[in-house]
Amino acid sequence: MSVSEDLQIKSLELRKQMLGAIYQAGAGHTGGSLSCLDILIVLYNRILRISPERPDDPDRDRYVQSKGHSVEALYVVLSNRGFFPAAELDTLCQYQSHFVGHPTRKIPGIEQNTGALGHGLPIAVGMAIAGKLDNKDYRVFTLLGDGELAEGSNWEAAMAASHYKLDNLTAILDVNTLQITGRTCEVMNHEPLEDKFRSFGWAVTTVDGHDFQALEEAMASPLEVGKPTVVITRTTKGKGVSFMEDVGSWHHGVPSEEQLQTAMAELDKKLEAAKGRLTT
Amino acid sequence: MSAPAPSLFSEAAASLIKETGLKLGRPNLEVFAETALELARADRDVLVVTSDSRGSGKLKPFGEALPDQIVEMGIAEQNLVGVAAGLASTGKKTLAVSPACFLSARALEQIKNDVAYSDNPVTLVGISAGVSYGALGSTHHSLHDLAALRAINNLTILVPADNFETAEAVRQAVNLESPVYLRFGKAAQYDLPGNKPFQIGQARPLRSGKDILFIATGETVIHAWLAAELLHKEAGIEASVLSLPTIKPLDTEAILEGARTCSAVVTVEEHMVNGGLGEACAGLFMEAGVHKPFQRIGIPDEYTVTGSQADIFRHYGISMEGLSQAAMKLIPKT
Repeated sequence: MSVSEDLQIKSLELRKQMLGAIYQAGAGHTGGSLSCLDILIVLYNRILRISPERPDDPDRDRYVQSKGHSVEALYVVLSNRGFFPAAELDTLCQYQSHFVGHPTRKIPGIEQNTGALGHGLPIAVGMAIAGKLDNKDYRVFTLLGDGELAEGSNWEAAMAASHYKLDNLTAILDVNTLQITGRTCEVMNHEPLEDKFRSFGWAVTTVDGHDFQALEEAMASPLEVGKPTVVITRTTKGKGVSFMEDVGSWHHGVPSEEQLQTAMAELDKKLEAAKGRLTT
Repeated sequence: MSAPAPSLFSEAAASLIKETGLKLGRPNLEVFAETALELARADRDVLVVTSDSRGSGKLKPFGEALPDQIVEMGIAEQNLVGVAAGLASTGKKTLAVSPACFLSARALEQIKNDVAYSDNPVTLVGISAGVSYGALGSTHHSLHDLAALRAINNLTILVPADNFETAEAVRQAVNLESPVYLRFGKAAQYDLPGNKPFQIGQARPLRSGKDILFIATGETVIHAWLAAELLHKEAGIEASVLSLPTIKPLDTEAILEGARTCSAVVTVEEHMVNGGLGEACAGLFMEAGVHKPFQRIGIPDEYTVTGSQADIFRHYGISMEGLSQAAMKLIPKT
């Protein structure tokens, strides 16, 4: 078994759970949640120094989800990691539920309320500065979407992060190349991303955002002493379900019953194959 | 730039000040900076975050004394507030300091989401508030901030009047463990009379009378107090004056009690009349069934005339003369 086969299975199982929850809620950001799920699986199972038993540990690593709309991916990963029972997700977006359509601190394990874009990186910079001031060794991670990079506040924070040499900070970009209106490069081109971040004083690496091993290697430690790290992940919006992959309308599309069944059957088939590989 | 405080006053007002023995204090801005330094010396978790504002915030001595407790963000208010929220989330008692006009408008979404909604106990310090920047013009005035921020849940709003209220407001805000917006100006202020200790959420009665109630906040309070003295001296009219250093949560009990026992009410604020203290009081009176002759005095719905803070105050009737005339018109003739 390769180091990441267990994550491969988890990835398929959590995709199923997430689609089920979105279908039941009748709402959700399906495409972007599927594009960043693998990143979160690696973060929460291989990288972050966190514990469901001590969610307020002052020495814990911090994760702030700037692309808050992909909260369904975060919910299933946190639940899988033991922060709350999976059954609680049945209330997603229902009347009086704590499971809102964007992250809130009402849910154990969630650090900050996010959802308006361009907010995660400044908050993460603040957390990282605090870590430096207190000589703590915790790390701070934040996940941004590529469409979100048009928000100017990100670039204010990017400047501050390198100014203060925040090598305890890692920003992860989920570059699925699509936003509501269409291709991100056509709506507001952000390329060349690597050059932009390098010129802002960041250490940059680019990986396949669905390659567990590459993700783990990229996030395992800061890339360079004295510089913040950005991990540019090339991802597929709607990843894992053929008819959702790279289709913009699945940004906040909710599957019909028939579409859900088709998606589940497809994921089951992949799951069977993955488990087969595990036993042989 | 703005003229210093004494020019706020007409000759008649200056003479009344002399007669009543009021003492001229210092700018609230200086008191803020000193109090912040005092708190930070005692507690290394107290941090100041600035947006190229350590000069205008009188924080140079702070920066020299405690360089590890001041964080510069450059001219980037959105980042200032986001970073302050991140710092506060780790337990830092964070003061985010920036001119009120920029802090409360440019970073409004960060205040709403990162500070208030996420419940990060940042003290947002809006310096040179209201029309303190005077002739620099409307880009630099904050006449919207109380209205905008009153509509945000989980945010205490403090507008101290004099040096005493300012020092207490800073001390209590930093230790409140919930988000605060604190704003003040930069002209020297007279020390107000009044013995009631400062407590967040409580009005401070400065004077008691049955004919008219002035409910005033921040740097307008002194003018209301002088108007009350003038009315007493020249017309035998007895006025109550409530200083309201907390705009949110409102001290509803003190305001309603004051209004019930007076014949008319005037509210005074260095803010546009839309959505500020006056409207907050009006809503309170309507719901409580307290129907008294009532007037809001502040900046009307327009970009202000050019001038110093003093000129602008006088132009819109925020003066001893303007407020006493408004009161005379409002008090029912018997």
